[in-house]
Amino acid sequence: MTPDATAAESVQRADPIRQPPEDTVFRLQDVGIWYGNKHAISDISLNIPVNRVTALIGPSGCGKSSLLRCLNRMNDLIPSARVEGTVEYHGADIYARSVDPVEVRRRIGMVFQKPNPFPKSIQDNVVFGAKVNGIEGSSGEIVERALKQAALWDEVKNDLKKSGLELSGGQQQRLCIARALAVQPDVILMDEPCSALDPIATLKIEDLIRELVKEYTIIIVTHNMQQAARVSDYTAFLLAQEHGLNGTLIEYGPTNEVFTQPREQRTEDYITGRFG
Amino acid sequence: MASEQLRLRAGGAVARRQLVSRVSRYLFLGATVLGVSILGFLAYDTIDSGASRLSLDFLTNYPSRFAEKAGLRPAMYGTLWLMLITVFSSIPIAIGTAIWIEEFAPRNRLLTIVKINLANLAGVPSIIYGILGLTIFVRFYGMDRSLLAGGFTLALMIIPMTVIASQEAIRQVPPSLRDGALALGATRWQAVRHNVLPNAIPGIMTGTILAISRAVGETAALIMIGGAAFIHFDPGPNLADFADPGGFWAGLNESFTVIPIQIYAWTLDSRREFQANASAGIIVLMTGVMALNLLAALIRERFRRN
Repeated sequence: MTPDATAAESVQRADPIRQPPEDTVFRLQDVGIWYGNKHAISDISLNIPVNRVTALIGPSGCGKSSLLRCLNRMNDLIPSARVEGTVEYHGADIYARSVDPVEVRRRIGMVFQKPNPFPKSIQDNVVFGAKVNGIEGSSGEIVERALKQAALWDEVKNDLKKSGLELSGGQQQRLCIARALAVQPDVILMDEPCSALDPIATLKIEDLIRELVKEYTIIIVTHNMQQAARVSDYTAFLLAQEHGLNGTLIEYGPTNEVFTQPREQRTEDYITGRFG
Repeated sequence: MASEQLRLRAGGAVARRQLVSRVSRYLFLGATVLGVSILGFLAYDTIDSGASRLSLDFLTNYPSRFAEKAGLRPAMYGTLWLMLITVFSSIPIAIGTAIWIEEFAPRNRLLTIVKINLANLAGVPSIIYGILGLTIFVRFYGMDRSLLAGGFTLALMIIPMTVIASQEAIRQVPPSLRDGALALGATRWQAVRHNVLPNAIPGIMTGTILAISRAVGETAALIMIGGAAFIHFDPGPNLADFADPGGFWAGLNESFTVIPIQIYAWTLDSRREFQANASAGIIVLMTGVMALNLLAALIRERFRRN
């Protein structure tokens, strides 16, 4: 080993942004998001690996939810929002002019912070996405498969006609996950999916996430660092700079490394609870 | 100090604030009693002078020179057909406009102008709509003084109100439902059709019914476009015309009168008997309007429970 190579290696080791070696689903290049004149996040370059759970963590206002919502073009719904840089999904730029956001969203499902089942029966909730997307198959099968995947089937199989709103919070969130799965997506985005749930319901969702990641790529925004440590394979830490207002990527890498030997002082300060 | 017993009787500033609160309570009660009692007196006076004229004959007779023979029959037919035309021509336009504004329109200056205009239009005096209807429907489109011209004129009048009520109802639907549908790969229209509209329909219906109950009592605009008072046939298509498109169309083009115009015409006659007829007409009209409002309230209650 030449001295030069050693030096290069040590520089590389010190780099707080470690792109994962696996195949990537998303490749973000210099992504910035603006809301009108407000620069929410800037210069984020990040590869998100396939069939892994990637957690986005950081204090409130660091732009982690904005980043998540730009991955399936949900930011389009905010009139003043603007995305710069490139977001590639399996090599295709999802912000290219020719891209239809509906095509993006049917492949990249989303679960929201507050469970938002439709005020319809459990089965209609699950079937809705499949039907609007013209997915073939009998409703009964679609419902059963999705509810089983979401670990909700045993609890609701006898009252599929009951309103989704009558379920408990944790069940509602699993219903929303089932609803997303019924569309047969490839990626599931989760925006603080447990923040409105009690610890037991949270645990169930976390177990479910570990189960689902065998087949899906999951990206989860969370406030809860223990949760990030428990469920994710990779962790990205975002932080809004003290003076500049926009969020940037501070550290990214395998979760256990980020949590046990962070390369950035600010990461360490955050995960040890010194701020945020 | 523990030696002094704590007393929590109102004193000083708290006592003053409580006094203001107590006085305001009676002021508001007074305002309510005043309004309701005036209405009550009006209702009593109308019933007192008109109740004796209410009978089946009053509802089924044609107008007459003789007060005791005069009835509301053509006016009731006219009102019924006019409302049907108004409802079917205004509701699709109004709901469509509300959906466009709330769900599809780009948030720009044009939209702001449209919204301000709608709010202003809802406050335009009805006689102006009468002039508009006279110019556009009666003269320009040559509809003459027909039910169609009247129905379209009233439709113009209630569209702004219905649009605003529908917008309000659509805005009440939580954005999370819309986002949920869109995140599942639904198109805008699918989200509106399956998630927004079903939840907005009760509000849209109540708003629409209230607008219609205003149209039912409309007089000025219809006099302007030439609703006549004395009509000796049943305006609108008859039962037989339902099988015959030509006859049905001819029925819609007949001249008409409505209950409020009939009432107005009777009040112009100074004879006491005709004044009684006018009161009886008001009772019929008010019963209809109250039934509509009750329907709106029932719909609201029903959907709230679901």
